[in-house]
Amino acid sequence: MPSEMRYTRPLSVHAFMRAYLCRGVNYMALTLFDKVWLQHVVRENDDGSVLLYIDRHLVHEVTSPQAFEGLRLAGRKPWRPSAAIATPDHNVPTIEREKGIADPVSRVQVEALDKNCREFGIAEFGMHDPRQGIVHVVGPEQGLTLPGMTVVCGDSHTSTHGALGAIAMGIGTSEVEHVLATQCLIMKKPKCMRIRVEGPLPRGVTGKDIALFIIGRIGTAGGTGHAIEFDGDTVHALSMEGRMSLCNMAIEAGARCGMVSVDQTTIDYVRGKPFAPKGEMWEQAVTAWRALHSDDAAVFDREWVFYSEEIEPQVTWGTSPEMVAPVTGRVPLISEARDAVQADSWRRALDYMALKEGTPIREIAIDKVFIGSCTNARIEDLRSAAEIVRGHRVASTVKQALVVPGSGLVKQQAEQEGLDRIFVEAGFEWRDPGCSMCLAMNADRLEPGERCASTSNRNFEGRQGMGGRTHLVSPAMAAAAAIAGHFVDVRDWQGEA
Amino acid sequence: MEAFTTLDGLVVPLDRANVDTDAIIPKQFLKSIKRTGYGPYLFDEWRYADRGEPGMDCSKRPLREDFVLNQERYKGASILLAGENFGCGSSREHAPWALLDYGFRCIIAPSFADIFYNNCFKNGILPIVLDADAVRRLMDECESTPGYRLRIDLPEQLVITPSGETFHFEIDDFRKHCLIHGLDDIALTLEHADEIRAYEKEQRARMPWLFIDVSG
Repeated sequence: MPSEMRYTRPLSVHAFMRAYLCRGVNYMALTLFDKVWLQHVVRENDDGSVLLYIDRHLVHEVTSPQAFEGLRLAGRKPWRPSAAIATPDHNVPTIEREKGIADPVSRVQVEALDKNCREFGIAEFGMHDPRQGIVHVVGPEQGLTLPGMTVVCGDSHTSTHGALGAIAMGIGTSEVEHVLATQCLIMKKPKCMRIRVEGPLPRGVTGKDIALFIIGRIGTAGGTGHAIEFDGDTVHALSMEGRMSLCNMAIEAGARCGMVSVDQTTIDYVRGKPFAPKGEMWEQAVTAWRALHSDDAAVFDREWVFYSEEIEPQVTWGTSPEMVAPVTGRVPLISEARDAVQADSWRRALDYMALKEGTPIREIAIDKVFIGSCTNARIEDLRSAAEIVRGHRVASTVKQALVVPGSGLVKQQAEQEGLDRIFVEAGFEWRDPGCSMCLAMNADRLEPGERCASTSNRNFEGRQGMGGRTHLVSPAMAAAAAIAGHFVDVRDWQGEA
Repeated sequence: MEAFTTLDGLVVPLDRANVDTDAIIPKQFLKSIKRTGYGPYLFDEWRYADRGEPGMDCSKRPLREDFVLNQERYKGASILLAGENFGCGSSREHAPWALLDYGFRCIIAPSFADIFYNNCFKNGILPIVLDADAVRRLMDECESTPGYRLRIDLPEQLVITPSGETFHFEIDDFRKHCLIHGLDDIALTLEHADEIRAYEKEQRARMPWLFIDVSG
């Protein structure tokens, strides 16, 4: 390596700023992202990238086997195995789990995770552990994700954990191996974007609707190259579950990280979680966490402001999350596209979705319903869906309606509250936790041409099964669509009930 | 990782925006625990008329003739011209693995999704950002010129057309260096092991809750 490329710079401005921050003294206005970032810079490299320390590494079966194999081939050991925790989620069956995994290829992958965790000394919530679940539900639920942490996982929806005021981002398998081997990532600091949503939270509108609304406005590449901080009264009025749905979909806006600053809701959520600090350490942590917000004078590279009164329950109509309309709206006309590239994408999407331009959203009939995924499989999501479903039946035209809790503990909680009975009596299937039909790596999938109201995060072609057609909605909207057989405005529904 | 310096390759135009990683390599192929063997399933749902499953012999599968990769004139292409926001969606590194396994070493687009862009460099693939007008022109030239090739010069950061026209592209120095030399960045990071340890010691004293052992 030529000498000018070597990392030889002595203690940098980063290190000094970190020292100041640690004494609780801010010498300059910083964003939330800056504060957490600066706390984690191990060294600054000559080209402006940094070695960023990673506090928590979440591991699942799909993006880790090649990373473990890489360690093995190079004769390397994990740098700090006690910082990592694994759970299988993408491939696990959601039914008859006690019989094991029928698909031999999926089984090999889940068994490889078990074996790798044993070999490298990494804790795992295995398929039969009651704490198993979707990694982005399990992390916050266990207190594995804490405010101010850096969190990574070989999964793009790692952005979810930013709801706790953490820098959380998805990484590829080579970076999974890099973090296992060094506990660090080489990164350039992304730009910071703030998206404020102001005003009272409208009835029937959830974190999911806010996310889809924002993506509809800024586009799926709107946040590329940025970390997004979601801020404003509407965002801070959301529960932690709602904030997680919002941050979860930051990646669908192109941003690797979404974040929300720490407030009392955050602290109340973390308190008492299994891996959260206790006693004196808790008090010390809370003091530090209370500083995790952007300073008043902080400058962002880009800012957006939206008003909650504009936001209605949202339904996607196309094959990209930005192809979205309010439930009271309609599929757009091709002539409304902003340019030829968009017109071409819309034409292709309408063809794939078998929809005509101008179709009212409420006239779109569905074949299947999926309530689950790292976006919307937390207890609050299940409660809001159950509220709609209670006392009704799934429409006879709906072939299948699945509820897949995000973790074993969410499932237990829901059963204690009797939510499972509400769903089952209405004709829903009550399943075991996993990613399930969000990406259809297990047996839960759409058949070609089937149309689904789904609480997941991606409506890409083939995402839920080859030829399947996905409409992204909130849990309450999915539940109402299951009962009606087509999309309905959940606000009217609540009015009737 | 294979080094990348220059490339003279056949070009294929994929004229679509927002090509996502689910399209590049569908989920059923993510069950493999290897890094290779994904090439035959690249763009599986666009290339084949049937549903692909891992382990299938793709030579006998029905093709979608209208898809560019199936056109005879683009066989053996190593440079992909693509639309904006290429590689959006999931973090799956199976996407660059599939592109590489198929034979692509370079992708040129107006913009890329962040994680995909990053993943390319870890696998010896050079993603090049050119402005939308330049990409449009290259697509048009490529479509109208059978056997259209481009020359990529990474040290000079140039895309060179058959007529000798050049387009300069930007790339981080560190990424360029690693690509040109085929370097393993884990080894580079481990050169700073002492600094990582010193950081941990300091941080553990200050914020012990970040070091709660979760392996128990």
